[in-house]
Amino acid sequence: MEIIQEVLASLSQPFTIIYMIFGVAAGMVVGALPGLTATMAIAVMLPFTFSMPADTALITLGGIYIGAIFGGCIAAILINTPGTPSSIATTFDGYPMTQQGKPDRALITAAVSSGIGGVIGGLALLFLTPLLAALALKFGPPEFFWIAILGLTMVATLSSGSLLKGLIGGTIGLLLSMVGLAPIGGSSRFTFGFSQLQAGFELIVMLIAFFCIPQVIKMIKNQKDPTEQVQSFQQEKGVIGYVFRQVIMRPFLILRSAVMGIIVGIIPGAGGNVASLLSYDATVRLSKDQSTFGKGDVRGVAASEGANNAEVGGSLVPLLALGIPGAPPAAVIIGALLMQGIQPGPNLFEENGVLIYTFITAFILSNIVMLVLAIFGSKYIGKVINIPTYYLAPAIVFLTIIGSYAIRNNFTDVVTLIVFGLIGYVLSERGFAPAPIVLGLILGPIAEEGLSQSILISDGIGDLFVLFVSRPITIILILFCILSLLSPYIGKLLKKTKTQE
Amino acid sequence: MKRHFQFTAIAATAILVVTGCGTGGGASNYPSETVTYSIPFGPGGQSDVEARRQEPMLEEKLDTDVNITYKEGAGGAVGWTELVGEQPDGHFISGMNIPHIILQPMTQDDAGYETDQINPVAIFQGTPIGLAVPADSDIETMDDFIEEANSGEQMTISGSGTYSGHHLAFMQLSNIEDLDMEYVPSTGAAESIQNFLGGNTDAVFANSNDLVTYKEDMNILAIGAEETFEALPEVPTFQETGQDFTASIDRGVAVPPDTDEEIIQTLEETFLEIANDESVQEEMINEGFEPLAMGREETQEHIDQLSEEYEETMRELGEIE
Repeated sequence: MEIIQEVLASLSQPFTIIYMIFGVAAGMVVGALPGLTATMAIAVMLPFTFSMPADTALITLGGIYIGAIFGGCIAAILINTPGTPSSIATTFDGYPMTQQGKPDRALITAAVSSGIGGVIGGLALLFLTPLLAALALKFGPPEFFWIAILGLTMVATLSSGSLLKGLIGGTIGLLLSMVGLAPIGGSSRFTFGFSQLQAGFELIVMLIAFFCIPQVIKMIKNQKDPTEQVQSFQQEKGVIGYVFRQVIMRPFLILRSAVMGIIVGIIPGAGGNVASLLSYDATVRLSKDQSTFGKGDVRGVAASEGANNAEVGGSLVPLLALGIPGAPPAAVIIGALLMQGIQPGPNLFEENGVLIYTFITAFILSNIVMLVLAIFGSKYIGKVINIPTYYLAPAIVFLTIIGSYAIRNNFTDVVTLIVFGLIGYVLSERGFAPAPIVLGLILGPIAEEGLSQSILISDGIGDLFVLFVSRPITIILILFCILSLLSPYIGKLLKKTKTQE
Repeated sequence: MKRHFQFTAIAATAILVVTGCGTGGGASNYPSETVTYSIPFGPGGQSDVEARRQEPMLEEKLDTDVNITYKEGAGGAVGWTELVGEQPDGHFISGMNIPHIILQPMTQDDAGYETDQINPVAIFQGTPIGLAVPADSDIETMDDFIEEANSGEQMTISGSGTYSGHHLAFMQLSNIEDLDMEYVPSTGAAESIQNFLGGNTDAVFANSNDLVTYKEDMNILAIGAEETFEALPEVPTFQETGQDFTASIDRGVAVPPDTDEEIIQTLEETFLEIANDESVQEEMINEGFEPLAMGREETQEHIDQLSEEYEETMRELGEIE
């Protein structure tokens, strides 16, 4: 009981609440800008938190984290460009809704599902941390490998039209992910003697190159073509009520997305991007009527956003319980703890119980703050699509170039952005969707590291196959992979038997 | 949208400042502008934490603004490649990690820089590397470990990075005791600890601060410090257990080649003053680090000596020709 009193006392300070709101709002703005990520937003704010008391500092940074992951969906919905990698899957149905002149509907769906997903993630953090932390340790290299393979089977869902083109796109992504120093073994690959390529291609830069640049070129090209115009945005009445009904009518969808987000979140190395993609994929596959996905289906936006905000809570589990960051932004929060003189590790709860429980409670509150801010903001944010192309396109290009430079303070990344942006445009004109390419880029390194480490570890027990089948989670993941690959055929088979009856 | 543009303006200004547009002054009025302190790793890492600790003291002593930036990639190589090409006017300094700056050019043809281009100023922190097994393991001492490693079953040891401090410690131990073990590298210290705590490997090479953090979960067999490590007084050094090597990740600061000696001296004095500050040292010890204060000359000798030692080990193991 004492701890609850102390938590409430520290939360009822007006400054703490103001910083929380400020953090969420700032995170939303940064997250909305393509190229500026949650990690960066937290890193930029880090020095300002030194002078704050530890609880305020953590609450501010947590707010930024939550806000930025949500903010990513704004650009995804409005300009078909994920603001952060976590909102890749939001583009699939979010942007078509914008094209139909209903960006507010997509934004509010995203807000509601993010808010609910985030709160579920926070509750898991509050009540299940020791349990989930034990689960996190069960994920080793073999599990990483198979979760990446499971992710790669999503190409079928993501390739919108031609499966062959999707597979080619995925392979391009995998190949691009290999450039630079090998994660295991340290040999330099495909650098052709250029030391600039040693660090490999930065995911965010490639994300902008394959999603944003082709989109902007298309925008400019189609300026005068009336059939290609985005419908202008007119505010509707009752959208909020409509969305709430849509989302609440589907409790399983949100719950499933949130659970997937939390589980992916606790796995270090796989972040909100994998979570939202997996959740989107599962939602499509498990839906009876799949025909409206990719054409502006509310379920698609909810699946993606519900998962990526629940992932935030999940990624904090290994951080708070073990001192291991579950995602890159969580790594920066470790830095913030260290600078406050707090040693993250297995004893964090024991030694700093009040602080940690204050943080978790504030984390849940921040999700509600985000929900409210996003619902009120959506009216105004939606108007972005009414901005004429001749203002919007150059502004986007300007922002993306700054963003791509700012990620690693590296000019090579700007060159990469331009070169691959043009390649991405040519590919998209030929019918190659950007999602499979980016999927390969995200999952390539996870699969490679997992497999290489599995091979090295299996030297100890003698056989790679034995290593795989001796681990329950790996067996489950392998079964999921097989199911995922066979599901289209099973679906057809079921239909056939039905029609025969 | 207005908000976006405001943010953009701020970001653009920040970038101009970061890239150091402006003209440098001579040695006599150094520092005449903002000093950029580049960290060749990501934000929130140990190098960043250390630089942040120094920042206010640096600003006070140098009487100028200090701007910390991150230049991440290829285990630090991207940052050091930038360092050796920067203006040698003392307004661009960079964090420097040993053994990284020795091993990267030694093992890669296209590392982008050479070890002798790194112009050291000082070393302020050491992180001895230790070898540990799970707390419930039958292995209790270094002798048990070697016996187990010789028993025919292949042991796996987790560590962070290839041709890194951990990998080198692994190679030195294997070489000295003539053991056939498997090194399982991860892309970071946190991942490698997780691999170990999850029971995926038999043992782990870990940094002293991680050893302190996770000491309840592991049995630390030996540590690569030169003498008994203050934060873990009960752990013997490798030299005490009969393996004649030290293993440590040392953090310091460096400037571009051909920097004026006078400027280097100013920086050296400032960094050593901070390194010798009692409260700084106390904080480091509490976090599981070894406070060091090595000046320019001593640092250079340290680098030269280690370069020779590492080259010999790598040659014996056939890692380099």
